[in-house]
Amino acid sequence: MNKEKIYDLVIAGAGPAGISAAIYGVRKGLDLLVVTEDIGGQTNWTGDVENYTGFMMITGAELADKFAEHTKKYGIPIKEQEPLVELKNEGRLLAVKTTDGAYTARSVIVATGKTYKKLGVPGEEEFQRRGVAYCATCDAPFFAGKTVAVAGGGNSAFEYAQQLLGITRKTYIINLGKEPTADQILQERVLGADNVELMNSSMIAEITGDRFVQGIKVRSQDGVPGSERYLSVEGVFVAIGLTPNSSFSSELQKNENGEILVDNCNRTNIPGVFAAGDVTDVPHKQIIVAAGEGAKAALSAYLYLVRN
Amino acid sequence: MAKVKIYSLPTCPYCDKAKAFLDAYNINYEEVNVAADKESMEEMIDKTGQMGVPVLEIDDQIVIGFDRRKISELLGLAE
Repeated sequence: MNKEKIYDLVIAGAGPAGISAAIYGVRKGLDLLVVTEDIGGQTNWTGDVENYTGFMMITGAELADKFAEHTKKYGIPIKEQEPLVELKNEGRLLAVKTTDGAYTARSVIVATGKTYKKLGVPGEEEFQRRGVAYCATCDAPFFAGKTVAVAGGGNSAFEYAQQLLGITRKTYIINLGKEPTADQILQERVLGADNVELMNSSMIAEITGDRFVQGIKVRSQDGVPGSERYLSVEGVFVAIGLTPNSSFSSELQKNENGEILVDNCNRTNIPGVFAAGDVTDVPHKQIIVAAGEGAKAALSAYLYLVRN
Repeated sequence: MAKVKIYSLPTCPYCDKAKAFLDAYNINYEEVNVAADKESMEEMIDKTGQMGVPVLEIDDQIVIGFDRRKISELLGLAE
């Protein structure tokens, strides 16, 4: 770590937005650094990608590998397992703090993406990887023959349930709303199975267990206050949406969902700080949109550096 | 040469990344697909106290997740 060095550009995140920004930045001759948890981000968890131009079909994991390969071609320096924890505006320079280091840059592109939203109930943190899971594709096999609960009522929750019902003994779907919002065809497919039970207007109030999850307390929204039902389950899959990774800064302007506000040149309210991809308020969270936004952000950062 | 075992699932992208990483350094390893091998799944859960893959066993040391730093350190790899 060299405290004296000043980078032209530090990019936080290496999903489609961060990688595209890095490729555009390095081609403009910028002295840049990428700091990130991993390469690919959410793309790693995406099943089949059939709408990324030029690829009829590619798995998310394969596409993430291609991103990594592309950065190697340009020798882009990437610090993996080193996510952004704090971004501070220090006048003309920006201070970037990661889990392991501190860097100074003239411009920053925030492309930190989104992560699974948590329930925020007692037991959730404690039992993570010990019964509480956020990805059915990855973790379903651990629950073969067991009883599980899925929290949520949207497409992801029903897709999780669909993956689980074939291998589990029983799957409960705990949906906060009066009715699920998942696509009708998906709902019919899932609810047609005889080992699935949908509980509407309900929420998981607590996750309990010993070494691993043993049960959940379910509270009914329109029930008598204090009336809770205990369900004996060994797995809890949380599928209540995504939340932007934007808590590293209190100076950046965000919308009510925590998404960073950007203009059509990917500028934020802090001069020299740009943002791209799912962490921003740009509509349509798609891999190809994020990639395009990353390219735009890098070109905007380049123009900013030239002018300042 | 360290004895390396990887507990994995076919659907887990980080298992593939971990294997590619080991391959890149020509490290020999034994792979166990815990979805197909219930006994190994129980063994892994028992050893690590958690349900998540990949898990790497490097000699008698356990690494949970694709933690390339820890893997490099245990295998003495210069990244």
